[in-house]
Amino acid sequence: MSRSETVTDAGKFGRYGGQYVPEVLMPAVEELEDAYERYVLDNEDGFMDDFRARLRDFGGRPTPLGKAENLSQKYGFDVYLKREDLVHGGAHKLNNALGQVLLAKYMGKERVIAETGAGQHGTATAMAAAYLDMPCEIYMGRTDINRQRPNVFRMRTHDAAVNPVDVGSGTLKEATNEAMRDWATTVENTHYVIGSVVGPHPFPTMVRDFQSVISEEARRQAAEQLGRLPEAVIACAGGGSNTMGAFHNFVDDEDVALYAVEAGGSGLGIETEEEYAPNSASLGTGSVGVLHGAKTKLLQTEEGQIVESHSVSAGLDYAGVGPELAHLVDQGRVTPVNVDDDAALAAFHRLSREEGIIPALESSHAVAYLEQYAATAAEQTSGDGPRAGDGPVIVNVSGRGDKDLDTVIEESAKRDLPDAPDMEVFRS
Amino acid sequence: MSVDDVTAAFADGPALIPYVVAGDPSADATEAYVEALAEGGADVIELGLPFSEPIADGPTIQEGIRRALDAGMTPARYLDLVRDLDVDAPIVCMTYYNLLLQFGDGDEVETFVETAADAGVSGLIVPDLPVEESAELEAACAEHDVALIFIVAPTTTPERVERILERASGFVYVQARMGTTGARTDVSEDTYESLDRLPEGDLPYAVGFGVSEREHAKAIVEGGADGVVAGSVFVDAIAEAESTESAADALREKAAELAAGIDAAESDETPEPETTK
Repeated sequence: MSRSETVTDAGKFGRYGGQYVPEVLMPAVEELEDAYERYVLDNEDGFMDDFRARLRDFGGRPTPLGKAENLSQKYGFDVYLKREDLVHGGAHKLNNALGQVLLAKYMGKERVIAETGAGQHGTATAMAAAYLDMPCEIYMGRTDINRQRPNVFRMRTHDAAVNPVDVGSGTLKEATNEAMRDWATTVENTHYVIGSVVGPHPFPTMVRDFQSVISEEARRQAAEQLGRLPEAVIACAGGGSNTMGAFHNFVDDEDVALYAVEAGGSGLGIETEEEYAPNSASLGTGSVGVLHGAKTKLLQTEEGQIVESHSVSAGLDYAGVGPELAHLVDQGRVTPVNVDDDAALAAFHRLSREEGIIPALESSHAVAYLEQYAATAAEQTSGDGPRAGDGPVIVNVSGRGDKDLDTVIEESAKRDLPDAPDMEVFRS
Repeated sequence: MSVDDVTAAFADGPALIPYVVAGDPSADATEAYVEALAEGGADVIELGLPFSEPIADGPTIQEGIRRALDAGMTPARYLDLVRDLDVDAPIVCMTYYNLLLQFGDGDEVETFVETAADAGVSGLIVPDLPVEESAELEAACAEHDVALIFIVAPTTTPERVERILERASGFVYVQARMGTTGARTDVSEDTYESLDRLPEGDLPYAVGFGVSEREHAKAIVEGGADGVVAGSVFVDAIAEAESTESAADALREKAAELAAGIDAAESDETPEPETTK
């Protein structure tokens, strides 16, 4: 079948996905689609073998699936942590960045660009670019530059240029707009390393494939270590790259419940007058629209203007979400839930104190959902069939929280959090 | 207003197609600006309906869009504004796909097209809608006699040009350069290459992206274009002006300057068979 016959369905997940980009980018998107099919799907020139070897040698994979003994005891069911915080760079982001920078290399591109919010994807791209000797420029909102200084230092240390974006609120949405504009000018020699399962086809599928190593390992580890599949997999969802990575190989296992935990921020809903959502719960509360190249669920006004989102976790602070996740939610395969800023901060401290693991604020949302999950399990004490609390649960710890310590200390001081340490030591 | 009105605007020689953002800085001002552009010699008016994430636009138009949104422009107010306009030049609405979709509750784009046609919109340009995703909008435009104008970029392959021409109506917007919108100081070599690559067809070719001076307009028409699109230069003039009146004067003058460039190219031209019409 020729391309022109198949193209109308390119990258569609039910009603979501597609390729909503300016014409100037379409040839590049088509070129990428072709490269994705050849190198990633067909392993041309041994690309996937090369990628996997580099994930191991540079990325430190596989990451462990480790039992959280103290949390398991607390909740009365086994909790296993998929330790993406142990990937080189401290987050799952490298799985995708390494894959895409390597692909750019195979495609003969001379330069990579990326957008970043919290700086994790920018850092991962800068690391991969340094490792693979590829010039790299990162677009980052001015607000994010100011609140994520350590990551800016990391990117600069890897010799990536950091281009500040001053328009709008100076966060991820604006940085993404600007990266797309750069790409529209430089598309012939530049690859745009999108940081999540968002954007025009083939990005959502390709990023998911690079990230699906998470669930590929977790599924195998569950079989080896537990002798069974988990009852549920829990992952946080902003754009949704760690979510799709953690879910993908479990989607066909119908008995495994999949929970996408969004940022409930300081409250649900949209304040229409201010064009502001005090949350980032697009999957659970958003409506269908088109943003950054794909049809998906968005936080938007009735007229269709995209609103500013909010989360204490910069990495979840995005008004859109991956189209495949939106589709899996519509199908009832993935359950969208949310956890507010307070609960995420409490979970940050809980995991740090109970298990000796400092989770990223993003991942803290997934950890926090265990509280609701345990409450549901307690209610379901009878009845037939599988139910919450019967078996082991996997929580994807998508990243480590060292980057968030400033925010956590500042935000914890404003709240009454049971597990938060005092910082009396600083007062002399 | 209809598809034919858009095409007819190219009948008496190459057309001038200025762009401003509706509601920048107010709906009343836009009304005055559109009239001034028509007086200055505009043959078609491209009126931007502002969207919060204008990925195809450069800094100048982004700022104009920001000013319009801050001043409260919405799709409904935009259509009221178009309804109130009193100009002969056909109005082409340039906006992003999400606004069309949300006008139909996120489900469909026909409600927007129908309402826009009724308000007097003759054509649509949707820069984030490539031909692959355009079936639904094309059907709605055909149903309500609204031109669907596509952009052809310097990167567009011959196969894509063919696909685009199958769906396009009114005119074809030839993007003269890589990147986003914005005034430049010269005419890109890409412009001539772009025009050379395009097949002779039924639709006029209008060239834009970077046009700000008389000589650009002249050079573009000499290069074989059937129309000249200019946006950032007008949006800049609006941003710099101290009053609605002085902005309107500046717009009228700039439109007249570009129209004169088009005319100069016309009169210099050695008679030859019509190239693209």
